Amino acid sequence: MIITRPRDWERVRAQLADLGATRVFITGCGECATIAQTGGEPEVLAAKQRLEDAGLVVTGWSVGDVTCNAGGQRLEARKHAGEIESADAVLVLACGAGVQTVADTITKPVTPGLESVFLGNVVRQGVFEERCQMCGDCVLDRTAGICPVTTCPKGLLNGPCGGMWNGMCEVVADLECTHVLIRRRLAEQGRAAKVEPLPPKDYSKKLKPGKVDIRPKYRGRTAGDAS
Amino acid sequence: MSRFRELVEAGSFVVTGEIAPPLGTDLTAMRAAVDLLAPVCDAINVTDNQGASLHLSSLAASRVVLEMGVEPIFQQTCRDRNRLALQSDLLAAWTLGLTNLLAVTGDDPRSGDHPEAKGVFDLDSTQLVQVARGFNEGHDMKGRELRGATDFFIGAAMFPEAEPWDMQQARIEEKIAAGVRFFQTQAVFDLDKFARAADVVHAAGAKVIGGVLVLRSARAVRFINERLAGLMVPETIAARIEGADDAAEEGVLLATEQARALRELADGIHIMPLGLDSAVPRIVREAGIKS
Repeated sequence: MIITRPRDWERVRAQLADLGATRVFITGCGECATIAQTGGEPEVLAAKQRLEDAGLVVTGWSVGDVTCNAGGQRLEARKHAGEIESADAVLVLACGAGVQTVADTITKPVTPGLESVFLGNVVRQGVFEERCQMCGDCVLDRTAGICPVTTCPKGLLNGPCGGMWNGMCEVVADLECTHVLIRRRLAEQGRAAKVEPLPPKDYSKKLKPGKVDIRPKYRGRTAGDAS
Repeated sequence: MSRFRELVEAGSFVVTGEIAPPLGTDLTAMRAAVDLLAPVCDAINVTDNQGASLHLSSLAASRVVLEMGVEPIFQQTCRDRNRLALQSDLLAAWTLGLTNLLAVTGDDPRSGDHPEAKGVFDLDSTQLVQVARGFNEGHDMKGRELRGATDFFIGAAMFPEAEPWDMQQARIEEKIAAGVRFFQTQAVFDLDKFARAADVVHAAGAKVIGGVLVLRSARAVRFINERLAGLMVPETIAARIEGADDAAEEGVLLATEQARALRELADGIHIMPLGLDSAVPRIVREAGIKS
């Protein structure tokens, strides 16, 4: 899921002030931002309260199923058309993808209320960790299912680097060196002897912006997937 | 061919030193450091934005050292340049007469003076070594033939005291297979651990130059343990410096003892004077390495 955290509230207020907005509609997201507790119903209602405490008018709010789904978001915008129309701006408590989907489906100015931070594993409820950067050129077959691109702070494919000490990372305190973990797991699986340095990464696999079209009639001419 | 390389390959015991280029364009202090070190060093490492902090480039500073008649070891980190820039700087280095290369990962930007910078790490140190070896063989990373090849003497860094050892050993062997001919190590405090690393290096046909740190004060010890990646001063050593009446003198004596001990195990010493450059000639002399 996409992990978000609240944007500095003073900055959100400044964004709305820049837009000259005194009347605001708030959109959350029923998927990731709900699980991350940044843009679900409780957070949207809390934002509403804060805006009203600051003297702004909240014309309405919504928490659609998945805000980055253009079809669903269009329906959501239609459902709240009057409330959105009477607002000066829309505050979106969703990831950057969600903010842009909302911006595409309405004509009012849109402003983000969250920072999008990473694609996260839910380690346990309320604890999220970044394990994949969606690089488009997966090396997990060679690294015992541990991604060095993501979990080594330097993103080194081969390691450990010279800063490793007693199995720990030099960059991030309390983080075990990913390359030690990889080599240990490979050894446990009897695969250590076959370890060869990984070749440099192919960053052309991650050309921006990505686009994948899996509809049958478009198969074979998928853009953005540089494979 | 580089004289440093000749000495190392002939099995002579070598001495290397280290200088940091300035933050700015005034080379006076850097030249003075070179003048101090040159009489006792076979080559001098020129660091590349060391500590992830801004300095004049190693490329330009290495050329200055060369023009002073001293052999530089051009250091290149993977932190600040992508594979195009690394390759083009390697070609530049060779055309500028820089023949010794030390390929290192580089400290993370978060530990330096521009913590907001993007760490590039497009290649890692092993891959950079492979690139340099490819240049020596006359081709670039894409296998295209170079108009004029290089013949770098390729080195890498090593931390013989870091555990787990089996992984360090694997790294040493991988780097040698990639093209490393010599290692320069972090400061050596535990000679048994250095010896086991040297055995691995020698078995694979490469050379190892042991690091010697000049601990000039108790403050320096604390700074190293808290701030410098890949350097750890053991408690017994720290206590010796902290308990000394003249810490700087004790640091010089300690470095001299370490240098002398490394004569039996290493192919050379790499002295990191940490500002006490003036003590380097005495350390080398009193360790019985050069008269």
